[in-house]
Amino acid sequence: MSRAPRAEEPGPSLVHRHAAWVRLTHWLNAVAFLALAVSGVAILLALPRLFWGETGANGAPAALDLPLPVNLEQTGWGRNLHFLAAWVLVLNGIVYLIVAFVGGHFARDLVPDRDQLAPRHLAREIADHARLKPARGREALRYNALQKFAYLVVLFVLFPLMVLTGLTMSPGVTAAYPELFALFGGRQSARTLHFLVASLLVLFLVVHVAQVFVGGAGNLMRAMITGRFRVPPETTRKTLTETPDA
Amino acid sequence: MRDLSRRRLLTGSGSLIGAGLLGGCEAPALSRLASPYDWSNGLTFAVQRWLQRHQPLVREFGPESISAVFPTINTTDPDDPDYRRSKAIGFSDWRLPVSGLVDRPGAFSLSDLKAMPTRTQITLHSCEQGWSAIGGWTGVPLAHLLAQVGLKPAARFIVVRSVDGWWDSYDLFDALHPQTILAYGMNGGDLPVAHGAPVRLRVERQLGYKSLKYVSGIEAVERVDGFGKGRGSMVAELGFPWYAGI
Repeated sequence: MSRAPRAEEPGPSLVHRHAAWVRLTHWLNAVAFLALAVSGVAILLALPRLFWGETGANGAPAALDLPLPVNLEQTGWGRNLHFLAAWVLVLNGIVYLIVAFVGGHFARDLVPDRDQLAPRHLAREIADHARLKPARGREALRYNALQKFAYLVVLFVLFPLMVLTGLTMSPGVTAAYPELFALFGGRQSARTLHFLVASLLVLFLVVHVAQVFVGGAGNLMRAMITGRFRVPPETTRKTLTETPDA
Repeated sequence: MRDLSRRRLLTGSGSLIGAGLLGGCEAPALSRLASPYDWSNGLTFAVQRWLQRHQPLVREFGPESISAVFPTINTTDPDDPDYRRSKAIGFSDWRLPVSGLVDRPGAFSLSDLKAMPTRTQITLHSCEQGWSAIGGWTGVPLAHLLAQVGLKPAARFIVVRSVDGWWDSYDLFDALHPQTILAYGMNGGDLPVAHGAPVRLRVERQLGYKSLKYVSGIEAVERVDGFGKGRGSMVAELGFPWYAGI
């Protein structure tokens, strides 16, 4: 997303919304995440029970019994796909973080603008979200504050937690970094947190995709594939167009 | 140049680190990069070897941490006539042949092994199915046994065979690690049959499937591509990576 969207052919309302590197890392991440979710369930089916602490096994009391069938035959491909996709996600994520910091994408597009943090503005955003009312006009050219919070939490809380809890289950990594066990309260606690945080990410994905439909699936998908976004014209009722006071 | 540095390192300190790094490219994790999974599993192997470059020990627990529930999977009582006969007489006729690239090949009885230096370690066992349990293991370090028979400088891998037909291989980085032991005792008593009596391997920095039960033979070799389908282990032919550090 550029700060000053430039008008492009064929119409003045079509703007360059997402940079090529954002689109590329977005879709690589999407493919890797879907592969991780599917293979993660395949791995989970070998023992669909969650424990707290260091140890846990069939015959020991579980913190949570998931209503899933037990299947021991999906572990092999599940693990191979999980770690292939994990490498794609991690390497892609590192590239994204570096370019986003250095190139100013974070400061420009993801950190909420000062006007967006005003209580009146936030209240209006919440009300608009509740009525499934997408932003129009100039407001549609920046992420709204709730969207920015969601992206920042996913980027800096949920994905790091996934990677760290995943590594805590690795006997090879924890041999070098036993601190990981202390961080999460043991291997089984890390496994449980890995599942719970993954569930939050799936929840994010569901809301994210739903918002694409609310905001106009054709326009938003084109923006994330080709980069070009058609700005929805302003309505007479000026919903989210207060001028930034800065 | 690679050969020169290899010779220098091996004849010099004979350090575990040198052996591990040099074994690297010939290791089954890196020698066969045919599919995307081979690449991602190879990357995992290379990164974990780097993380473990100072040969850390895994955590060890006190006796109070030993799990009440420690599952046994796959073979729990080998259906082999010789094994059954030996079991009936308390494994008094059991012998462990050590062969291959060693100066003094031999066969060791259970009492031979018990007369060697003993190591007891209470560690977390992590299974690829998702469960983990803490158990205490008593046995002789594999490094000691290999020193007894005189490992030749050309040896790079240790192939371990099991009564039930399983086999696996280990590079010297893991084989010579202080916590890699041939265990004949568990939780203060004899090793139970279900856990691999009379002797099982413990490879603590990898998943449970690398800790072979019912050890029936040890062979030091330069390469492992001549064994089975050339993938370094039996489970690798079933889709589970040779290196199981995660």
